[in-house]
Amino acid sequence: MLSYAPAPAVCELRDLGRMGYAEAFALQQDCVERRKRGEIPDQLLIVEHPHVVTMGRNGHEENLLASPELLARAGIAFHHTDRGGDVTYHGPGQIVGYPIVDLKEWKRDVTAYVRALEQILIDVLGEFGITAWREPGAAGVWTSRGKIAAIGVHISRWITSHGFALNLDTDLSYFQYIVPCGLTKPVTSLRALGCPASRGQVVAVLARRLARTFELQMEII
Amino acid sequence: MIDVVMPQMGESIVEGTLTKWLKQPGDRVERDEPLFEISTDKVDTEIPAPVAGIMGEILVQEGTTVGVNTVVGRIDAAGGAGAPAPGVIAAVAASPASPTSAPAVAAPVTVPVAEEAGPLSPLVRKMARENNVDLNQVRGTGAGGRITKQDVEAHIASRSAAPAPVQADYVPVPSPVPAQVMQQVPPPPPAPARPQSMAPAVQEQAHFRGEAPGARVEPMSVMRQKIAEHMVFSKHTSAHVTTVHKVDMTRIAKMRDRMKGEFQARHGFSLTFLPFVLRAATTALQGFPLLNSSIDGTNIIFHRDINIGIAVALENGLIVPVVRNADEKNVVGLQRSIADLATRARSRQLRPDEVQGGTFSVTNFGSFGSVFATPVINQPQVAILGVGAVEKVPVVVDDAIAIRSVAYLALTFDHRLIDGALADQFMQKVRSVLESWSEEIL
Repeated sequence: MLSYAPAPAVCELRDLGRMGYAEAFALQQDCVERRKRGEIPDQLLIVEHPHVVTMGRNGHEENLLASPELLARAGIAFHHTDRGGDVTYHGPGQIVGYPIVDLKEWKRDVTAYVRALEQILIDVLGEFGITAWREPGAAGVWTSRGKIAAIGVHISRWITSHGFALNLDTDLSYFQYIVPCGLTKPVTSLRALGCPASRGQVVAVLARRLARTFELQMEII
Repeated sequence: MIDVVMPQMGESIVEGTLTKWLKQPGDRVERDEPLFEISTDKVDTEIPAPVAGIMGEILVQEGTTVGVNTVVGRIDAAGGAGAPAPGVIAAVAASPASPTSAPAVAAPVTVPVAEEAGPLSPLVRKMARENNVDLNQVRGTGAGGRITKQDVEAHIASRSAAPAPVQADYVPVPSPVPAQVMQQVPPPPPAPARPQSMAPAVQEQAHFRGEAPGARVEPMSVMRQKIAEHMVFSKHTSAHVTTVHKVDMTRIAKMRDRMKGEFQARHGFSLTFLPFVLRAATTALQGFPLLNSSIDGTNIIFHRDINIGIAVALENGLIVPVVRNADEKNVVGLQRSIADLATRARSRQLRPDEVQGGTFSVTNFGSFGSVFATPVINQPQVAILGVGAVEKVPVVVDDAIAIRSVAYLALTFDHRLIDGALADQFMQKVRSVLESWSEEIL
C-alpha cells in the first residue's frame, strides 16, 4: 500500500561543540526570532558549555551557595537567564540540548512538552541500560543514584527555547556550588552509573528519539 | 478596558505563577507584544497582549500563583489613560492574590478540609490553604453542595470586609519560601519608629502560627529546608517500624578499653564503638541482602555494594556521608573512614559524591546519651540502625547478678518490604557478631 502522508517537517540538528553560555544564548534567541518569522525550520542545538551557573526566572538566591565572586574565582561564570526552573550548573561532560520547536505544530501544552522531553531522556538512558524515571513535583530525570538530567524551558508564542542538560561524564563536584549538601537530591551522570557511552553515541540517540517524539525529520547541519 | 487573564497553557494545568510584568501601567502595548511572563512546572512562558492599547492596572503581582482564567490585569484598548475604576479594585480585593489575604501564605497552617462536602478541586484546596480558609465554614453552591472557587472567593471577601489586620506597607509574598518571611521581619532597630509600625504585622504572623505574641520569626536555612523535606518525604514513603535489641557490649568495651591508647597512638584517631557496629551490620547485610535494597515501583533493587551512611550532627543540621564498600574494610579502615567523613562533614568539605549512594545507614544517637530512639529511614534505603549509649548495668547472668556493658540497638525498617521476623533475624546476627567478637583490632 502506498501512503500519501505528507513528508514530516524538518528539524535541523546543530552540534555547536564547546560554546560559552552567553554566545549560545544569543544564538538561541536569534533562532527563536527567525523561527517565529518562519525563516527556519525547528532546530535542535546541542552544546557543551564551559563551567557556568545559571539562574532561572524562578531562581532563589539562597539556592546559590557560592557568591558570584566566589564562582568567578573558581572559574565558573554566572548568568541570569529566562528559562523556567531554579539554579543549575552546566559544564564540560554535559550534553546540553536546546530544542527550538514550534509547539503549535505539535501540542499547545507546556506540561506535555516538559513530560515529552523527560520521556525522550528516559528512553535514551534506557537504550544505554540505565533505568530512569520522573519524580512527581520535580521536573527532570532521576535514577537510583540521583538526578541525571535537568530541564528548564522558555516559551514565547509557542516557540520553545532552553531545554535539557544531561550529565554524561560531568565532574559532579561542581554541583556543590548550588546543591547544599546532596542530602535529598544527589546528582549523577552516565559515567558515574558505569555507562561508558560516548558523547557522539548519546547525541545520536537523543536526536533520533526527539525526532520520533515530535514527528520530525532530523537533518544534521 | 479589556481583561487580561491567566491563559490555559495545557490540558492539565490549572494555575500558573506570574513571574514578571513586561509592561507597567501607562505603557503603550502593541497587540501580540509580550505582556507578562508566567511559570508553570519548569517552563517560563511569555504571554502576548491580546489587544493594542495602554496598560491599565495590574491586578496580580509578580510572584503570585493564580488559577487559569483569573484576570491578572487590564488593557485600555481605547488608548486612554487607564485610570482604575474603584469598583474593580473592590472586586480584586476578594481575589486570592490580594494583599489582604496573602499573609496566610507564609503560615503553614493545616486547614481542616470538609471532605463530606464532596470532592474538592486542587484549586479550591490550594486557595483554602493559602488564604487560611476553614472549608467547613464555606457554604458550597456547586453540584451536590460542592465548594467552588467562587464560594471560596466569596468567603474571603466576606472575611476581609472586617477590619484588615495587616499593615498597608506589608508586601505580599507569593509562595511559602521561608526566606521571604525575612522581608517582613523588622531589621534590628535602626530607628524606633519603623519597627513599631511593623510590629503588628509580625505579631499577625505569629498569631497564624499559634505562637505567643513577641515570638521571633526566623527563616530556615536551605539545609534545614532540605532536611525537613527529606524527613517528611521519608515518613510518607516508608512504613516505618522499629525493633529494639539489647546487646551485651562487654567484650568489645573491654577490648576497646585495653586498646584505645595504642590505637590512638598508632593511627592518630580514637577508637569508638561505631566501627564495631558497622562491621556487625555489614556482616548481617551480607546474610540478609533485602536490608541492603531499595524499592523501585513494584521492583526490588538489590544493591551489589554495601555503602553505609553515617549520620553526622552538624551545628544546625545533619548530613549522612557514606562509607563506601564498608564490607571490604576492617575496624581500623572503618574507623578511619568514619573519622575522616565526620571531620570533613563538620568543616563542610565533603564532596557531593561522598553523600550519595548509601544503601543502609547507621546513626549513633548514643553519643548524645540517648538509650534508644526510632530513627527515620534515609530514602531510598529501607533500613537504618540506631546505636544507643553503651552503659554499665546490672544484669542476670546464670542466675547471678553481674555488671555488663549494654547497649540498645534500634533498627527502623520499611515494613513495605521487610517483615518483623526478617528484621529480628538481621538484628540477631548483628548482636551475635558484637557479643562474640573475634576479630583482631590492631
